[in-house]
Amino acid sequence: MAYALVAVGYSLVFGILRLINFAHGSIFAFGSYMVFLFYSLGVPMIPAILIALVLSGLLAFGMDKITLEPLRKKNSETITYLITTVGVSFIIQNTLSVQYVFTSERQVFPSTNVFPPISIGNVTIQSSQLIMFVVALILLVILTLVVNKTKMGLAMRATEQNSKAAKLMGVNVNRVIAFTFFMGGASAAIAGALYSGYYQVVYPTMGYLIGLKAFAAAVVGGIGILYGSVVGGLVVGIGECLAAQYIGSNVRDPMAFVILIVILIIKPNGLFGKKGITKV
Amino acid sequence: MLKVTDLNVFYGPIHALKGISLEVSDGEIVTLIGSNGAGKSTTLNSITGLVKVSSGKVELDGKDITNLASHKIVEMGISLSPEGREVFPALSVEENLRLGAYTRQDKGEISANFDRVYELFPRLKERIKQAAGTLSGGEQQMLAIGRSLMSSPRILLLDEPSMGLAPNLVLMIFDLIVSINKQGTTILLIEQNANMALSIASHAYVLETGNISLSGKASDLAKDDRVRRAYLGG
Repeated sequence: MAYALVAVGYSLVFGILRLINFAHGSIFAFGSYMVFLFYSLGVPMIPAILIALVLSGLLAFGMDKITLEPLRKKNSETITYLITTVGVSFIIQNTLSVQYVFTSERQVFPSTNVFPPISIGNVTIQSSQLIMFVVALILLVILTLVVNKTKMGLAMRATEQNSKAAKLMGVNVNRVIAFTFFMGGASAAIAGALYSGYYQVVYPTMGYLIGLKAFAAAVVGGIGILYGSVVGGLVVGIGECLAAQYIGSNVRDPMAFVILIVILIIKPNGLFGKKGITKV
Repeated sequence: MLKVTDLNVFYGPIHALKGISLEVSDGEIVTLIGSNGAGKSTTLNSITGLVKVSSGKVELDGKDITNLASHKIVEMGISLSPEGREVFPALSVEENLRLGAYTRQDKGEISANFDRVYELFPRLKERIKQAAGTLSGGEQQMLAIGRSLMSSPRILLLDEPSMGLAPNLVLMIFDLIVSINKQGTTILLIEQNANMALSIASHAYVLETGNISLSGKASDLAKDDRVRRAYLGG
């Protein structure tokens, strides 16, 4: 389910900008660190998550303003944006390992198992897993409503389809993009907090592998389609568990990518991906 | 109302507009004619802030709007219906129109604009929920013009509204341009169909490779030998 949460953030930004934000995994780690930081300072869990959510949103927003907006002004190639987000990703990751402020060691994160595990037959569900599942669904519903029902969402969809025409409608395209990044960053923070709560650990590079796997999940579900990402996340997550269970735990990590390759061969646009509109 | 003075635009090393000046007065239809690559679209794109102006001035009612961001220019009352329509293909007709009214806050004004557009283009009303990408070329053109009217513009810029349309639709679009103008919207029209454009405009400018080569009353230009030979086929 953690993959679903992170994948939604990839999909959101990709859906609007046709850009893969490779810094997403690092923002996820940043969000988790912020929760950890404020929690250790004595802030209760929920407010700590809210603070982290805003800070991570601002981090993503700032990344766009400082590094990506100047590129848009110069009409740079897509690859330039991509490399920039990779660069930003490493900057964030390394900042998180700076001594005295944080540490590159793994640290124990408070558990989000707030109520006892639930047993159904011989299956036991941790409450932190359940929370992750519920939050992912709530997040999906909220983001879907924002994109489909609000004026900002309409501007987002217009920007995605034709940013020049969106400008002509009076849409401040830079603001729409910044807003999209903010939401992506905020969702990464929620994912980071819940992931760390489940595994009870926080470390600077925690976003690296999960970022890549969630990206695979987003592509499996059809990147740009929000509910597709949630389903993609589930497919990748369950696929991994089954592989670990029946083949061996060392095939766990490659599994996400095996699923990705198989799905792409069968359905090149992902499970729920739309084909391009042919008649214009 | 709209005044462009000594406008220069470069695309890299290419000097696309070489110091053009033009003026559109309140309530007029002014047309800018010229062949492909003369700089007609560039002129409109630089007025609306899509293209960066190197030197020169664009003024709206005496206010300098040169190189302002496009969304601010729309707010000030200039609206462009771009070349090639550029509707949002996956959005419905209604959503396209709603985006046209993006800068408007007043609900009453927006619904009045919806009524106005549906009255001008009844075909759009029949297709409210249809995705814009599935409309015919003529319908998309209507949508593009309708959409640009949703921001209650004081001046409407039209870039090649007749392009790629069947002759009967061309006539219809030109009729509609005249009625939009009669309702009080000033119009700057760019056309390759010089004949039609000159017949509805009061003033005209002829653009040739980045320079205004001729200007004057549209009816005079329609009789001018040079114009006849170059753009009117004899």
